[in-house]
Amino acid sequence: MKIRLCILLFLITTYFAAAKTITVCEAGCDFNRIQTAVDSSKSGDHIFIKKGLYKESNIIIYKKSLHITGEEGTIIDTQQNGYGFSVEATDIVIKNLIIKNIEISYTKEYAAILLFKSYDFVIENITVENAFFGFLIQKSKDGLVHNNTISGEGKAEADSGNAIHLWHCENVNITNNDVRRMRDGIYLEFGSNSYISNNYSTGNMRYGLHFMFSNENTYENNTFEANGAGVAVMFSKKIKMFNNVFKKNWGTASYGILLKEINDAELKHNIFEDNTIGINADGTNRITYTANTFKNNGYAIKVHGACYDNIYSKNNFLYNSFDLSYSGNLNSNKFENNYWSNYTGYDLDKNGIGDIPYRPVKLFSYLVNRTPESIVLLRSLFIDIIDFSEKVSPVFTPENLIDNQPLMTLVTW
Amino acid sequence: MFKILKYSFFDLMRSSWSYVYFAFYLLLGIVLLFLNNDLSKAVITLMNVIIVLVPLIGTIFGVMYYYNSKEFTELLLAQPLKRSSIFLGQYLGVAISLSMSLILGLGLPFIAYGLFKSNAIWDFSLLLIVGMFLTFIFSALAFNIALSNENRIKGFGYAILMWLFLAIIYDGLFLMSLILFEDYPLDKVSLIGTMLNPIDLSRTLILLKLDISALLGYTGAVFKQFFGTNFGLIISLFALLIWVALPVIRIVLKSKRKDF
Amino acid sequence: MVEITNLYKKFGKNDVLNGINLSIKEGGIFAVLGPNGSGKTTIIKTILGMVIPDEGTIKVFESNIKNNSDYRHKIDYLPQIANFPSNLKVNELIKMIKDLRGHTEVDKDLIETFKLEPFLNKKLGTLSGGTKQKVNIVLTFMFNSPIIILDEPTTGLDPISLIRLKELIQAEKAKGKTIIITSHIMSFVEEVADEIVFILEGKMYFKGSISELKTKTKQQDFEHAIANILTENHV
Repeated sequence: MKIRLCILLFLITTYFAAAKTITVCEAGCDFNRIQTAVDSSKSGDHIFIKKGLYKESNIIIYKKSLHITGEEGTIIDTQQNGYGFSVEATDIVIKNLIIKNIEISYTKEYAAILLFKSYDFVIENITVENAFFGFLIQKSKDGLVHNNTISGEGKAEADSGNAIHLWHCENVNITNNDVRRMRDGIYLEFGSNSYISNNYSTGNMRYGLHFMFSNENTYENNTFEANGAGVAVMFSKKIKMFNNVFKKNWGTASYGILLKEINDAELKHNIFEDNTIGINADGTNRITYTANTFKNNGYAIKVHGACYDNIYSKNNFLYNSFDLSYSGNLNSNKFENNYWSNYTGYDLDKNGIGDIPYRPVKLFSYLVNRTPESIVLLRSLFIDIIDFSEKVSPVFTPENLIDNQPLMTLVTW
Repeated sequence: MFKILKYSFFDLMRSSWSYVYFAFYLLLGIVLLFLNNDLSKAVITLMNVIIVLVPLIGTIFGVMYYYNSKEFTELLLAQPLKRSSIFLGQYLGVAISLSMSLILGLGLPFIAYGLFKSNAIWDFSLLLIVGMFLTFIFSALAFNIALSNENRIKGFGYAILMWLFLAIIYDGLFLMSLILFEDYPLDKVSLIGTMLNPIDLSRTLILLKLDISALLGYTGAVFKQFFGTNFGLIISLFALLIWVALPVIRIVLKSKRKDF
Repeated sequence: MVEITNLYKKFGKNDVLNGINLSIKEGGIFAVLGPNGSGKTTIIKTILGMVIPDEGTIKVFESNIKNNSDYRHKIDYLPQIANFPSNLKVNELIKMIKDLRGHTEVDKDLIETFKLEPFLNKKLGTLSGGTKQKVNIVLTFMFNSPIIILDEPTTGLDPISLIRLKELIQAEKAKGKTIIITSHIMSFVEEVADEIVFILEGKMYFKGSISELKTKTKQQDFEHAIANILTENHV
C-alpha cells in the first residue's frame, strides 16, 4: 500500500516536474518541426513556435493535453496536403498561428484544424488563409473559438468548405470571428447549447450561419452581410436570435434568415436591411418576432405554408417593397402592434395606436408570386389602385390577416 | 430659336400658373419633409407624385400654352423666323419653365432640410432628373396633340386621354397580358413593355434605386443583367432620350406642314 | 416682285384656291378683292408662308419661298384679326418684335401719329379692338420693308385713324414700295388701289386697274362693277 502511494506520488511529481515549455524554430530551439515537438511532448506541456514559415501538414496530436502558441508571424503552410492539425485530446489550446493553403478535396473535409472528441478546447487568434474547411470540430464539447479569421477562395459551393463547422458538439462559444468567402460561415450540425456572438460573416456562398438539427443555441450581435443567405435555421428548436444585423443578402434565393421546420425560437432586436427577403419562414411554430427592424428589403417577411402560432409584434417595417408575402391560411399567427411605414391611417384618440387596422399583404404580392415578371410594374399607379380596392374589400388576401393595432411611431429599444 | 425661347420662358414665368405649380411643389416638399420628418419616406412619396403628376401637369400645361399662345404664334409666323425655331422655342420655354418650377419647388425645401448632408441626395437627384425628363416628354407630346387638333376642346380631351392611358390604362393592359401569357418566358417582353411607356420607364429608373433588393429576387438572365448591372440604368436613360427626341422631331415635321 | 404660279390649296374637302396665277409688280398698291370665303386671306397667308400650298410655287424677289423664312425680312404684315399675347404690355411687344426683326426708330413717330402713348404700359389683353388695331399698324409699318401686306387694315379704326392710315399707305407707296391690301370696304379700295385682282371661289376673275374693270363691266361705279362680276358668274 505504501509502495503504491509512493509510486503515485512519484508519478505525480514527475508529471508536474515534466510540465515544461518546448520551443520550436528553424534552428537553435528544442525542435525545428512542430510534429516532432508534439511527439516528444507530454500532456500538459506548452509548445511555443517561434516566428517562421513551417511547411508542415497533418500534425497529429493524440491524447495529449497541449498548449500550442505561436509567436507573431508564425506561418504553417500545409501546401495543399491534408489537414493542418488533427487533434483528439482534452484540454487543448491552439493560439496565434497563421495556417494556409488547405487542400481542396471532393471526398475529404480537410481543415486547418480538425478536433475530434476533444473537450475543453480553445482555438484563438488563428488566421486561416486560402482555406478549404477552417475548423472542423466533431463530437467535442466545452470549447471556445475566439478571434479567428478564416477566408477561402472557393468559386462554387462544391469546391469550398465551411469556415467553422461543428458536428455533434455541445457547449461551444464561437465569438469575435471573421469568416468570409467560404461555403458556410459557421455551421452547427447536431450542435446544442452553443453561443455564437460578435462574429462577422460575409461573402459566403451558402449561409453566413447555418443550424441543422441543432437545439437550444443562441446567437447575438453578429453581422451577416452579402451571403447567399444570412442565416439558415433548419430542423432546430429553441434558437435565440438577438441583436444581429442582416444586410445586402441579394439574389434569387437570398434571405436574411431562412427558417425551415423550426419551433420555439425567439427573434429580438435584429436589423434586416437591403435583403431580397428579410425572413423566409417555412414550417415554423411558436416563434416570437419582437422588436426587429426590417428596412428596404424586397420582402420583409415571406411566410410559406405550415406555420402556426407565430407572433409578430413591435417590429418596424420600413420602406420595404413588400412588407409581407403570405401563403396559406392565417393559422393563428398574429401581427400586432407593429410600426408600418406604409400605414396611412390616423390616430384621433392620440393613444399611439392607429385607429384603423393595417393590412400588410398587398394584392400585388400575390400577382408577383404568380407572374414574377409583373414585378416591373411595382409602384405603378394602376397597381396602387388595385391594391387599394383589395384593401377595401379583400378577395385574394386572407381577410383576417391584419394588424389591428398598428403603431404610429417607430419602435425603439 | 433662343429669342423665342426667351420670350416664351419669360412669358410663362410671369403667368400665374407657373407660380401655382411652383407653390404646389414647394408645399408638397415642405409638408413631406417637415410634417413627416423622414427623408426616405418623403423620397418614396415624391416618387409616386412625380411619376403621376409631372406628366399630367406637363400635358395640360403644354396643350394650354399652345392654344393660349396661338396669337403669339401667328404674330411670329409672319416674322422672318423659321417655323421650327418658333415651335421648338415655345416648347422649350414651356418645358424649361416647368422643370424650373419642379426643381426649385422641390429643391428649396429639401435643401432647407439639409439634403446635402444626407445619403438621399442621389435618390433625390435621380427623382429630379426623371421629373425633368417626364416634363420634356409630356409637354412635347402635348404640343404634338395640340398641333394636330385645331379644336381646343378636342385637343384637351386627347391630351388627358393620353395621360390617362400612359399613367394607368397601359399598366392595366400590361399586367393583364403578362398574366395571360404567364406560361411563356416574359422577361424580355416585360422589359420592352416598360420601354414603350415613358412613365413606366421613369418608374423603372427609380425602382433601380429604391427597390433593387426586390428586383434582384427574380430569375431570368435578362432581368439579372438589366437590374443587376448599370446596363438597366444606361438603357433606361437612353430610352428616355429617345422618348424626348421622337415627339420633338414630330413637332418640327408637323409644324412645317401645318397651315395657320 | 411676287410671282404666284398655279396655286392650289384645299382645307379638308374645301377647295380654297383653284389654280391661282398672279404676278404683282414692284411699286404701287395692289388690292385683292372677293366675297367672304373666296380665298383672299389664304392667298396672303401663302405668300407669307403661313399656309403651305398643295401645289404651285410662290416666288418673292425671284426666289422660291418654300422652306425659307429669310424673305420675310422684306415683308411687313398686318394680320386681319389683331391677336396678341394678352399678358404682354404694348411697349414690350414692340420691343420684342424689334428684337426679332432688327432695330428701328420709326415706331416712335407711329406711336405719336396714332396717339398710343397712354397705352404703352397697358397689357394687350385690356385694349379695345380699335387700339389693338393701331398697335397692329405700328408693328407693321415700323420696319422699312419693300413689301407691305395689309389684311383688312381698316377694321375697327375711328375716322381719324383711318385718315392717318391712308396717309401712311400713300407715303409708303411714294417710297416705291409694293403694298398688297385685302378689304371689304370698296370705297377704301377704290381710293387707294392702283390695281386690283378679283377672286371668287379660289379662282381669279379679274386683274387690272379699277378703270379697266369699269370698262370691262361697262359700269360707272366701282361697287356695281364688282357686283356685275358676281352676277355674271352666277353667284
